[in-house]
Amino acid sequence: MSRVRVLVGTRKGAFVLSSDGSRKRWEVSGPHFAGWEIYHVKGSPADPDRLYASQTSGWFGQVIQRSEDGGETWAPVGNEFGYDGTPGTHQWYDGTPHPWEFARVWHLEPSLDDPDTVYAGVEDAGLFRSTDGGQHWQELPGLREHRSAPSWQPGAGGMCLHTIILDPAEPGRMFAAISAAGAFRSDDAGQTWRPVNRGLRSEGIPDPAAEVGHCVHRIAMHPSRPSVLYMQKHWDVMRSDDAGESWHEVSGDLPTDFGFPIDVHAHEPDTVYVVPITSDSHHFPPEGRLRVYRSRTGGEEWEPLTKGLPQQHCYVNVLRDAMAVDSLEDCGIYFGTTGGQVYASADAGDTWEPIVRDLPAVLSVEVQTLR
Amino acid sequence: MIRVVLPAHLRTLARVDGEVELQITGPVTQCSVLDALEARYPMLRGTIRDHRSGKRRAFVRFFACQQDLSHEPPQAPLPDAVASGAEPYLIVGAMAGG
Repeated sequence: MSRVRVLVGTRKGAFVLSSDGSRKRWEVSGPHFAGWEIYHVKGSPADPDRLYASQTSGWFGQVIQRSEDGGETWAPVGNEFGYDGTPGTHQWYDGTPHPWEFARVWHLEPSLDDPDTVYAGVEDAGLFRSTDGGQHWQELPGLREHRSAPSWQPGAGGMCLHTIILDPAEPGRMFAAISAAGAFRSDDAGQTWRPVNRGLRSEGIPDPAAEVGHCVHRIAMHPSRPSVLYMQKHWDVMRSDDAGESWHEVSGDLPTDFGFPIDVHAHEPDTVYVVPITSDSHHFPPEGRLRVYRSRTGGEEWEPLTKGLPQQHCYVNVLRDAMAVDSLEDCGIYFGTTGGQVYASADAGDTWEPIVRDLPAVLSVEVQTLR
Repeated sequence: MIRVVLPAHLRTLARVDGEVELQITGPVTQCSVLDALEARYPMLRGTIRDHRSGKRRAFVRFFACQQDLSHEPPQAPLPDAVASGAEPYLIVGAMAGG
């Protein structure tokens, strides 16, 4: 029988939540790396027992952990993230040039077909790759060396490369997103990059339609239709039908189009999920009601999903990497909150139940479907 | 034998209990102690001092014999009591945050 494994990164450790395909009873393992911030945990599509975790600390820096047994045991691997050559500068909050400084790994994206190859998106924004299971990391400097990079500025959470998407149909095509620089695309396996932000409008920057400077929060793709991308921006839910060449807004009838995560149903490329958040100054759901919104039309028309979610006095946030879907026949949707709840829906969002209620603040959620 | 006390998170990372004992050949300095520590426990590389520059991480402190040695030159000799093993060399996570 199929099983699912939910990989949860929190402010104070990692947790592995496991269930059979019914997704009714859950085993909870953790905290792994107790007391450390776990920004992301993700498994290799090519070997689901191979997991990578980004473990960080303001005191002791970056550690990368690797598991060969689905998260039962872990071992530290390489943690040296040195920018290629002499890194230049980006803009600091006060507008002055600021040297690139490595802070942490936000996102780990294992290769689709090689368990030993994994990409890391880091703060200050850069893309690294390991081809030996995380022992050694080399920067792919083409992104950081883009001509626009000296003008990039950090968002409130730091200048992080938080989204990496590998195109399953076009070898060498990948997408990355940086707060607050925007979306970028490579067609040569990460060697060279170009901004793909046409159609985005951000009122918080001097030129709302600038080539770069947009605070992209998350991008999602359905693997069967990789030319269609969905984006949750600082404000606005956006869609591209041409692999990022242009974007148009699909916020439609959402109660607010601010938010962080966005994801796509495993079997329905036009079914999209977001979690509307009141505003950039009120990082909690509108009216204290936690609602996931689902569009079955690829955007514009959205319906609130509330059954099993708190509908009063709820003031949590859902961060950009904290939503994921499984690929069971009845697609499961999962998200974690800054209040430490991890909610699961085994029926594509119609009803929800908490798997756990009292974890540390959740930074990331990934799901593995094990057959 | 040099005695080194690690902060709890680094003991967990290195999978050690209690003090670490290191044999140092040559001058006993902060640099030589940390070099020996990282050679024995490679997973500690980068967690105490920067990989490339060798600079102490901002929220890590070095104490010994009731003194804060954090700002001493890395090549300066450590106190005799540390070199003889009478006193431990303390690597401390600074009190910061919650």
